[in-house]
Amino acid sequence: MKILVCISHVPDTTSKINFVENNTQFDTQGVQYIINPNDEFGLTRAMWFKEKEGATVDVINVGGPATESTLRKALAIGADNAIRIHTEALDATQVAKEIVAVIQENGYDLIIAGRESIDYNGGMVPGMIAALTGMNYLNNCIRLEIEGQNATAVREMDGGKETVTTPLPLVIGAQKGLVEESDLRIPNMRGIMMARKKPLSVLEPQHGDAQVQTIAYEKPAPKGAVKLVEPENIDQLISLLHNEAKVI
Amino acid sequence: MSVLVYAESEKGQLKKIALELASFGRAIADQLNTDLIAITVNCDNNELLGNYGVNEILTSSHPEEFNAQQYAAIVKDAAQKKDAKVIAVSSSADSRYLAPLAAVELNAGYVTNVVEAPLSTTPFHVKRSVFTNKAFGISELNTDVKMVGLSKNAFGMHENPTTPTVTEFSPTVNNSSMEIASVDKANDQVTIADAEIVVSGGRGLKGPENWHLIEDLASTLGAATACSKPVSDMGWRPHSEHVGQTGKPVASNLYIAVGVSGAIQHLAGINASKVKVVINSDPEAPFFKAADYGIVGDAFEVVPKMIEKLKSFQAENT
Amino acid sequence: MEFKLSEEHKAVQQAAREFAITRLQDGVIERDTNRTHPSEQVEEMGALGFMGIMTSQLYGGSEMDTLSYVLALEEISKIDASAGVIMSAHNSLVLWAIETYGTDIQKEKYLVPMAQGNNIGCFCLSEPEAGSDASMQQTRAEEAGEYYILNGVKNWITNGGHADFQLVIAQTHPEKKHRGINAFIVEKQWEGVAIGPKEDKLGIRSSDTHSISYTDVKVPKENRIGEDGFGFKLAMQILEGGRIGIAAQALGIAAGAYELAAEYSTVRSAFGKPIADHQAIAFKLADMAVDIEAARMLVYRSAYLKDQGQPYGYASAMAKLKASEVAMKHTVEAVQIHGGNGYVKEYHVERLMRDAKITQIYEGTSEIHKIIIARNIRKGELALPF
Repeated sequence: MKILVCISHVPDTTSKINFVENNTQFDTQGVQYIINPNDEFGLTRAMWFKEKEGATVDVINVGGPATESTLRKALAIGADNAIRIHTEALDATQVAKEIVAVIQENGYDLIIAGRESIDYNGGMVPGMIAALTGMNYLNNCIRLEIEGQNATAVREMDGGKETVTTPLPLVIGAQKGLVEESDLRIPNMRGIMMARKKPLSVLEPQHGDAQVQTIAYEKPAPKGAVKLVEPENIDQLISLLHNEAKVI
Repeated sequence: MSVLVYAESEKGQLKKIALELASFGRAIADQLNTDLIAITVNCDNNELLGNYGVNEILTSSHPEEFNAQQYAAIVKDAAQKKDAKVIAVSSSADSRYLAPLAAVELNAGYVTNVVEAPLSTTPFHVKRSVFTNKAFGISELNTDVKMVGLSKNAFGMHENPTTPTVTEFSPTVNNSSMEIASVDKANDQVTIADAEIVVSGGRGLKGPENWHLIEDLASTLGAATACSKPVSDMGWRPHSEHVGQTGKPVASNLYIAVGVSGAIQHLAGINASKVKVVINSDPEAPFFKAADYGIVGDAFEVVPKMIEKLKSFQAENT
Repeated sequence: MEFKLSEEHKAVQQAAREFAITRLQDGVIERDTNRTHPSEQVEEMGALGFMGIMTSQLYGGSEMDTLSYVLALEEISKIDASAGVIMSAHNSLVLWAIETYGTDIQKEKYLVPMAQGNNIGCFCLSEPEAGSDASMQQTRAEEAGEYYILNGVKNWITNGGHADFQLVIAQTHPEKKHRGINAFIVEKQWEGVAIGPKEDKLGIRSSDTHSISYTDVKVPKENRIGEDGFGFKLAMQILEGGRIGIAAQALGIAAGAYELAAEYSTVRSAFGKPIADHQAIAFKLADMAVDIEAARMLVYRSAYLKDQGQPYGYASAMAKLKASEVAMKHTVEAVQIHGGNGYVKEYHVERLMRDAKITQIYEGTSEIHKIIIARNIRKGELALPF
């Protein structure tokens, strides 16, 4: 089985979000980058298929050289090959098309991408990959079992779960539940050493056009101070929620 | 040309987010000076959309079960049939599932988490939340057909009575090789995605055995229950209740956090909620900086009192 | 001159940070209070390759350089300085000595399982009457045929309770003074080895420190490291490298307290603004930043020199002296910045303050390091060579 895991290079969840260049660029100053958490849940599940079923696992990112440290981490965790498409990621369509070109070249049985990245929160790359390749697709995937050429997978819906069966190839939008937080792996020292020797190929892009362009960013207006209510005075809170906030 | 919304229903009844989405679609249609079309699947109360400015409703009575690929085909067919230039979808799990598929089929630029009506239509500029509600981005869509995903609770419902025509619609739907083996859905429970009010518990509750406090407060308010990341990591509550940056986003009208310290990742995930209330015994808890109302106090004393007071408030106000 | 970490160094640093935050942070206060050894965490440190981080892959280690070791120790010590010292003593004191001077048999039998993290090691040098003056060894190793017979008491032994293998320094030929001293690998399970009660310490309380006594312990001659009489020289060499580990631990303690204080000063307000915006606190933070940066340069430099195969004893003495003094000074300041909160355990800084003190004492006190540095000055080495 050949698995491709799409890796987004995103600011750490504790990063301060600021913008530069007249609020048109994200300020990367002092920002620590990580593997997008939803992608990491997917990568960790892929590792399980590698170790138990002998799958090979490739990881891919569309981005500049700065994203290579994130791909190397995926290699240190245990992925076999890394691919970087050497172009700036502009929008989901462009990213999906770049990844699809690699899928068509290499052929994969399973494509895993996080259900969304924690930076731009688009949540569309896995769906677009599926639509562009014609593969079956399951979003918000919280369980995945594969037997031969068939998968049983569980999707989290609003207020419930749905179990589906589908033949491979398959694209999933990964999220927490696919593996537990405690299953996430810290690269070991040997993995870090080996990652240096594993192939990281840099491919030229297709130069597809972006359909969406973000022209400016802004930060939310600062919030007013909290109104504190004494614990003895819950009537006051209820009255504030009813009369002032009008939410009950 | 037209504006199309995919109006979701559940067990034949339109969801509330479908009405908010129709209101949003109406605003865009007004900007473009065109008609608003809604597409529904297996919906029994289509007429309700007439209260929110829909001019025409296309209704499909198949397929019976939700399948993202098939539903995306329906949306695509409807869009093409009606020459829709803007297609709006909600931020429900199902809509977010099918929308990118439809966007590819329609060659539409697609933007999610849109928080208000387009800032302009030529060029087409929308404001969306990014970095898990820590910032906004202004995006320009350059494609002929455009698709926008509306953030829940961002636009609100705006009544605008119309008399829509209802047309039976028979889209071409291919068979799917993906089969639903089972669906496990709680019937009477309010989900985090749909809830107007969410009551969330953190480590301050000390253990799963104390969750009746959260559940009782939630049921008093008709609210969904949620929890912080450590609580789900420790297995006190299921993952499906974990809200925050790596969990579920919350965009409720009211978010009540009990014993949640307010880690930056948690706050990011609930930031889209309108009004936030925090109950925590630690006055230094970061949540107080993010909240609108707060009580510094022991959850084990405050919550039961709050339930009691809410019940008498409700008795007086009904 | 390049002040830049390689991608691998950054990856090691990141992995150690992730480990510290996800595995050590939880329960660190309780382990300190109850003197609980972080056994599970140490096991995981073995699996991650931290417990044989510099040992050759031939012997099951990770074969990384000293700088990697320092980076990992710094990150781990930011969160849990006890775990830091467990790792430091094991790697720099025991594994290094056996890898550098051990026989093939010793390496196979002892180094491999320790480098894989399956067994823990400890270094037994200090005695009730021989701390800084290591030449005054009272422990005796008398030759008896194929064996040495070991008698004596060792004190303040880090990892003493959990170590399966002990590197013991003892006097064989008292008349030859320090030239009569030998080093042996002793197994904890051997007859006559008795582990004393766990010390109740001011800081690094979850690392286990014990006295160990030896009564007629039969040590096979093949367990001696190096030539007869090599023990003192070996011990001194071990300490030269060990100082780098403790310097990294001290650096981690200082940096951990500094990070906490910097964060706290932005969330805590007084007189209408964050305390970080009050000059009294801002200046403290500025002093911390500069001192820690200076200590870091010394520590990384000494690791670099060791990696380059250059003499590093002078540099490591400076690094250890500076990093431990900075750790002590600024953990006290970090508590001060935290005010009343700093005095309670929940905020971590009081623990870091207690942990800091030992770094000025063990593996050579500050005073000993000043002697070493002063000796180099007297030899005309007024500065570290570039």
